[in-house]
Amino acid sequence: MSTRELRGAAETAPRMRSENLDRRDRANLLRYMMLMRASEERALTLYRQGKVPGSFYDGRGQEAISVGSSFVLGPRDRMCILHRDLGAHFVRGVTPERYLANFMGRAGGVTRGREGNMHFGDWRLGCIGMVSMLPDMAAVATGLALTFKMRREPRVAMTYFGEGSTANGQWHEAMNFAGIHRLPVVFMLENNKFAYSTPNELEFAVDPVERAAGYGFPGVSVDGNDVEAVFEAARVAVDRARAGDGPTLIECHTMRMHGHGAHDDMSYVPKELFEEWEQRDPIASYTAQLIADHGFTEAEIDELRESVKSEVDEGARLALAQPMPEPGEAVEGVYADEWQPLGDGNAPWSRWRDTAPVNGKGRVS
Amino acid sequence: MSEMTYLEAISDGLREEMRRDDSVFCLGEDIGVFGGAFKVTAGFHEEFGAERVLDMPLAENIIIGAAVGAAVEGMRPVCEMQFADFIACGFDQLVNVAAKLHYRQGVAVPMVVRLPTGGGFSGGPFHSQNPEAWFLQAPGLKVVAPATAEDAKGLLVSAIRDPNPVMFLEHKHLYRRIRGDVPEGEHTVPIGEARVVRAGGELSVFAYGSTVAMAQQAAEELDEDIEVVDLRTLCPLDRDTILASARKTGKVLIAHEATRSCGVGAEVAALIGEEAFEDLDAPVRRLTAPDVPIPFSPPLEQHVLPGLDDMKEAARELLAY
Repeated sequence: MSTRELRGAAETAPRMRSENLDRRDRANLLRYMMLMRASEERALTLYRQGKVPGSFYDGRGQEAISVGSSFVLGPRDRMCILHRDLGAHFVRGVTPERYLANFMGRAGGVTRGREGNMHFGDWRLGCIGMVSMLPDMAAVATGLALTFKMRREPRVAMTYFGEGSTANGQWHEAMNFAGIHRLPVVFMLENNKFAYSTPNELEFAVDPVERAAGYGFPGVSVDGNDVEAVFEAARVAVDRARAGDGPTLIECHTMRMHGHGAHDDMSYVPKELFEEWEQRDPIASYTAQLIADHGFTEAEIDELRESVKSEVDEGARLALAQPMPEPGEAVEGVYADEWQPLGDGNAPWSRWRDTAPVNGKGRVS
Repeated sequence: MSEMTYLEAISDGLREEMRRDDSVFCLGEDIGVFGGAFKVTAGFHEEFGAERVLDMPLAENIIIGAAVGAAVEGMRPVCEMQFADFIACGFDQLVNVAAKLHYRQGVAVPMVVRLPTGGGFSGGPFHSQNPEAWFLQAPGLKVVAPATAEDAKGLLVSAIRDPNPVMFLEHKHLYRRIRGDVPEGEHTVPIGEARVVRAGGELSVFAYGSTVAMAQQAAEELDEDIEVVDLRTLCPLDRDTILASARKTGKVLIAHEATRSCGVGAEVAALIGEEAFEDLDAPVRRLTAPDVPIPFSPPLEQHVLPGLDDMKEAARELLAY
């Protein structure tokens, strides 16, 4: 199977119009994608200014996946979010300030300087931070789901991984276990066409979504650049999981529009492929869709863009004003003194509007 | 008190914690209807049901990884590695996810990994290892290694109640050979406290797991003024008890079945060298397995495992120094 064949499958799908979103939901979906894009652009600028130690990773071009899928979740659901999925952190309630502070190793970052770049998860918002070894968090999400099942709680765990991770044995271990016990977990597979520099055709012989059948649960493919298509696939999967009907594997076809990290010039990506996906930018295309199909005005879009810009400006200002951590803190906190319960996340989707807590200010109200 | 084997004491501690707290559950290979390869969970399936005595597929990373996910949500998972050797297959989840989660993200991971360790029965290179040193280089894990039935129960209960990942090393050679009085009902042994098994003034023998009973026997047969200290917890080490004993006797023998280089013995020797050098009357000695895999054939295996005669000889040499 070639990259071209995979690409073709997603290209033919018309853009999705969900019946489960109201006008405010649509504004929120667009705003969270814009917030992710603008925050990552700011972080990259800070990196180039030498204010971000280490390396820089983002999810440019993949915004629809983390935003569309996390938007489905209720407050008590749990997430293990990966490094191309900043939108999910924002949906759950992380602020641009804490995200940018984390990249800069500041005291007020989500991990207080313990971890860099996207290696964070805010436990107060029901998220467990990722590790570099992929897809380790698939196993952890499966354990969260096991707990919900054992306690007879109608809750769902959701996690992400790239198509590169599907080559690792731990991917099989997690899928197999989730299938055996029909656990309430949703696996979001982001096929962004390259594992660092390795193209799909050197990653697997058969599209990994087809393996879901072997584990006894559905595998579906969607256009990962269509936020409502991602939302709908995730909604069906989350409802199914919550009803006790087991896991779903959702493959989102997309394209990583930046290098693996900021150090990667993507010289291995064919120019035509890049240009083609640039035409399918998830934010530009959703903006056009909202204007064409849902009566949004240019003025409303500008207002969203402006509010995002000021939120990111303010977040950057606050993050830059934060101190670095005290060096001596490096030897503290290896062991826990007590276990404390994870907190709940924001749930901005209109279905949850009356039940959800509000952390941060990142959404349209 | 009731007399039970080391193995029965582990079962007793686990059973009582499962009765006390609904969040405690076991997961591992063949632990359900079959009761586990060594029968630690015999009868558990009948009492607690399949969900809390969860038979897992042959995949150690999902055993550890699923336990992490359950632990962060407030469960108290107790994983069984069928043999300690197989933790190698779950090592990534253990050292990269479980061990580091609190330091990195502030998330406590209250879980236990039970590890049947040790040789002496022709298990060969993959069913005989003593992997404790692997864990000591992974900050965030606690490591305990009981030598008696009473400690086996008490340390397991403490491990289950601890908010961190605790590696529970249970020596297979002790399972049915060691018996002792074990308190019925609530019984805990604090993690991080060594125990002076036999007081003495001329030589300190630091041991844990399989070498504790051997050290006691050696001391009795030699009829010398030997102190035997059971470390019980390998991380965090009980520095105070170790240093107090070393300072008192001035001569130190550290005995373990695990291989030699960079092992617990090396760490204890370094601690004593750094903190109690002025009080030493002889070089610190180690009695360990050599740096080889554990071979299968009985004469080969017996050659590498430290034995009673080796222990007595090392003690005699130190006493005469």
